[in-house]
Amino acid sequence: MTDSTPGQTVGPFFHHALAFPGDSELVPFGSAGSVVLHGYVFDGAGAVVPDAMIEIRQSDAAGVVPRVGGSLRRRGAAFTGWGRSCTDGAGHYWFSTVEPGLPFFAVTLFARGLLDRLFTRIYLPGAETAVDGLVAEREPDGRLRFDVHLQGPSETTFFKFPRT
Amino acid sequence: MESGIDSDRVVCLAFDHVTASQHEISDEIAKIQADSPEGAPLLDFAPYRSTLLRHPTKEPRHVDPEGAELLAPVFGHSDVAAVEADLTVQRGGEPIGERMRVHGRVLDGDGRPVRRQLVEIWQANAAGRYSHQGDQHPAPLDPNFTGVGRCLTDDDGWYSFTTIKPGPYPWRNHHNAWRPAHVHFSLFGTDFTQRLITQMYFPGDQLLALDPIAQSITDPAALARLIASYDHARSEHEWLLGYRWDIVLTGSHATYLEPSDD
Repeated sequence: MTDSTPGQTVGPFFHHALAFPGDSELVPFGSAGSVVLHGYVFDGAGAVVPDAMIEIRQSDAAGVVPRVGGSLRRRGAAFTGWGRSCTDGAGHYWFSTVEPGLPFFAVTLFARGLLDRLFTRIYLPGAETAVDGLVAEREPDGRLRFDVHLQGPSETTFFKFPRT
Repeated sequence: MESGIDSDRVVCLAFDHVTASQHEISDEIAKIQADSPEGAPLLDFAPYRSTLLRHPTKEPRHVDPEGAELLAPVFGHSDVAAVEADLTVQRGGEPIGERMRVHGRVLDGDGRPVRRQLVEIWQANAAGRYSHQGDQHPAPLDPNFTGVGRCLTDDDGWYSFTTIKPGPYPWRNHHNAWRPAHVHFSLFGTDFTQRLITQMYFPGDQLLALDPIAQSITDPAALARLIASYDHARSEHEWLLGYRWDIVLTGSHATYLEPSDD
């Protein structure tokens, strides 16, 4: 859109503003029916990115995308279908959530050194409509693993939507 | 590796960025801007050295949004307390600096207000220091200022924050590099695809023309949309100065696909 407000990098100093207790727990960690979605963010030299932030938006297990508040004060709230995870010093992000009935997690990525947000998807293993390279791996312990590569031979496929 | 200013030290392989002068950086910016003005920031923008290894090189894949991408998360009064919109009352004492109110409207790409949606801000204090452990700039912290705020837009898309005007601060992109004073804004629309994080700048700031982050938006008209205007009608007698800054998100796909809706 030609007249839209341009983006700018999230910068290095966002954690104290954007992180909040329970931000990455769409459902309580370890609760019945929960799954961990996690991975690492890498730069073009293969170094981890310790100052990135990932947000996910998803349907519930039945395929319904929730439209309820409560993400910022999760205790006692219904499933909101949205979460946020800032990478740690090892470039690691994680979410505790449910496997969506609609077969992907919509993803937005921000980082210092990244001048605008990036969109992608993380599909569940076995999703028939999955975009190549955007499928999470099921680890032996049941967790879903998806690494993001901002650059390099394994560069993640990022999206452009028609009106963005 | 730790986050913050110090990590800028390690990201640069091809440039000796600590000794690159402002003149060299400005020269690089001018050469890129001579090519083609773009309204969105260029992700591949070497004058901002930290982009070197962090910008994607492949063309983005064109995708029609579906499912969860068509619906932004919803926030309500259980998420945000009204007091979070006043950054001057969070710590029991008055923060030091120039008190100001920043207000404006959040609109979608079709000019419609984005109602009852979350706005998050963060900023440095009046001395140019963030209340963040990664910020080691030797300027004073203010015990009465966290620089963090949240609010929900009202039914007409208006937001308003009371805060302190942030100071400019140095960073290690190049020698004698200074960020113009700015407030970080995080915004949601009605679609997930309208997500925006950006920075609001101040009118008349001489550092803007020198700043590789701002200048990554190579169309001056687009960059101007990040600059607030002084709003005397919202200044308050013997109390604070008013600034107005409106935000226009990208288009809503729900509207686009269903033009008869609403």
